Amino acid sequence: MLDLSKIVEPDRVRREAYTDPAVFDVEMQRIHESVWIYCGHQSQIPKVGDYYQVQIGRQPMLMVRGKDNQVHVLYNRCPHRGNMMCGDRHGNTGEQFRCSYHAWTFHHDGKLKNIPMMESGYAGTRVNKDSPELSMKRAARVESYRGFVFASLAKDGPDLKTFLGKSIVAFDDMCDRAPEGEVEVVPNCFRVIQHSNWKLFMENQIDALHPSVTHQSTGRAAHEVEKQIAKKAKAGEALSYHMLSAFATVTIDKWDNFQTINYPYGHCILAGYMGLRPQDPDTKAYDKIMIKAYGQKRFEEIVGVNIHHVLVYPGLSVQSPLQQLRAVRPLGVDRTLTEIWHFRLKGAPEAIYRRSLAYYNLVNSPATLINADDLENFWKCHQGLSSDGGDWVSFARHHGHDIEKDGSVSSAPNQGTSEAPMRNQMKAWAKYMSA
Amino acid sequence: MKAQYEVEQFLYKQSDLLDTKRWQDWIDLFAPDGIYWMPPAPEYKTWDGQPAIFAEDRNLMTVRMNRVLHPDAWSQRPLWETNHVVSNVAIQKESGKEVVVKSRFHMMELRRDDVRHFAGSYLHTLAKTKTGYKIKLQRVDMANAQAAYDYVLQVWV
Repeated sequence: MLDLSKIVEPDRVRREAYTDPAVFDVEMQRIHESVWIYCGHQSQIPKVGDYYQVQIGRQPMLMVRGKDNQVHVLYNRCPHRGNMMCGDRHGNTGEQFRCSYHAWTFHHDGKLKNIPMMESGYAGTRVNKDSPELSMKRAARVESYRGFVFASLAKDGPDLKTFLGKSIVAFDDMCDRAPEGEVEVVPNCFRVIQHSNWKLFMENQIDALHPSVTHQSTGRAAHEVEKQIAKKAKAGEALSYHMLSAFATVTIDKWDNFQTINYPYGHCILAGYMGLRPQDPDTKAYDKIMIKAYGQKRFEEIVGVNIHHVLVYPGLSVQSPLQQLRAVRPLGVDRTLTEIWHFRLKGAPEAIYRRSLAYYNLVNSPATLINADDLENFWKCHQGLSSDGGDWVSFARHHGHDIEKDGSVSSAPNQGTSEAPMRNQMKAWAKYMSA
Repeated sequence: MKAQYEVEQFLYKQSDLLDTKRWQDWIDLFAPDGIYWMPPAPEYKTWDGQPAIFAEDRNLMTVRMNRVLHPDAWSQRPLWETNHVVSNVAIQKESGKEVVVKSRFHMMELRRDDVRHFAGSYLHTLAKTKTGYKIKLQRVDMANAQAAYDYVLQVWV
């Protein structure tokens, strides 16, 4: 393996960071299996015994709702012979976990409940009911913020709030937009596999330079149809395909108007608004409910939050104004799963849910008109990086112009396409890897 | 028997339009308010207001067609080949106005050097019009949708 300290330079990165299986193993161990990783939302498991499988680094885990209403995160493994405890991706385990191999049972917190004929079978052995190694192993730490559950497999490290830092705005912005201050999951997960290293996804999410190149075909097609619809529409009616056509109408130079703000641990906020607040009747009805719930002043603050995307490094991308979230699960050095969820703003009118649902279906479904071209680029990037055609990936755009202030690094005004987020991610990556 | 024959011919024609990439002709098989719908799971009862892999009216179908035809639709270069087989055609309901028909499909796709298979069932609600059948709703339950999507669908199945 290449010397880890030689992989990252301030404005460029060695290709092995993306393609070397040995590097992948180290990053799983030192990053994904150490830091806070998003498991899921509490509303995915409303009833006692409800569980979801979740992959943290290379570790298959279970997120389960216990009798005390507590959410537990456990290794999906029976301590007896190592049998996977739950084979289904999600479900309800009832009163207890029961292994399908020898019927050992466990409480929802992982503690051993019973072993068939334990007294006769284990008398005089090293094993008794209180042996800790006979319980299902728990994630070292589990914490929630506004219903979003995270786990860390390392005992030590910053607490969740410290780790999230300013990126915590992702969850505040999403929940605050609900008149009841909470969101609940829409029970469907689009799971998409990309044939590339996971880091390419994290870089692309806040890459303001790519949309008008990668997605222009969809942007133009949507813009054409949008114009046809607008001709027939009544006033105030036409939101139509703005979320798609923006990829063509916002030309490459205009993306510089966005701004990225980059934080310790690799997190990033892409500020800039997609213009999804027209003065149509649906938005007005929603505004009225929000003002009633929060008062005029607080309402203005909430809807004035100017965020397009928040990245929680290394594995989460949140689009809070549209209530969607993508969790990144690395499956191998060249294979990555993204799990894409949509949330409903509690107390908001149906029309507001439908607006963001349209984005979820059009942009994030497997028939996506947008993501398809990203997936193509990811695959092509990984192919190119696997070759001997060059050793480096360049992140030099606007390097040296970033503005450092109070521990954050912002792209300079009118430099929204700066590769500052990638530089910041790889800086955090290098720090983790040298630990 | 006449309806059975006509419906079968209609389904064969629809799949042939996909395999020969005659997108506009394919879209024109739909009624003005027709919907093409692929739910994420079999238990979905309606396309309206639900997560969906596809839930498209003719406007969105037109966006999709124009996008695929655009020279810079990167993931669509080179164009792929598909081959649909439609079978097990069974009329479930028939009235003077419409026919509900279920069928099974199997599609082979060649993309670059890779061959993939997609399979499932169609449930067509067809309106009887003066110019023949028009699709009011086409529900597509694709078995592959149960697994992680190790592919991206770009046109209709």
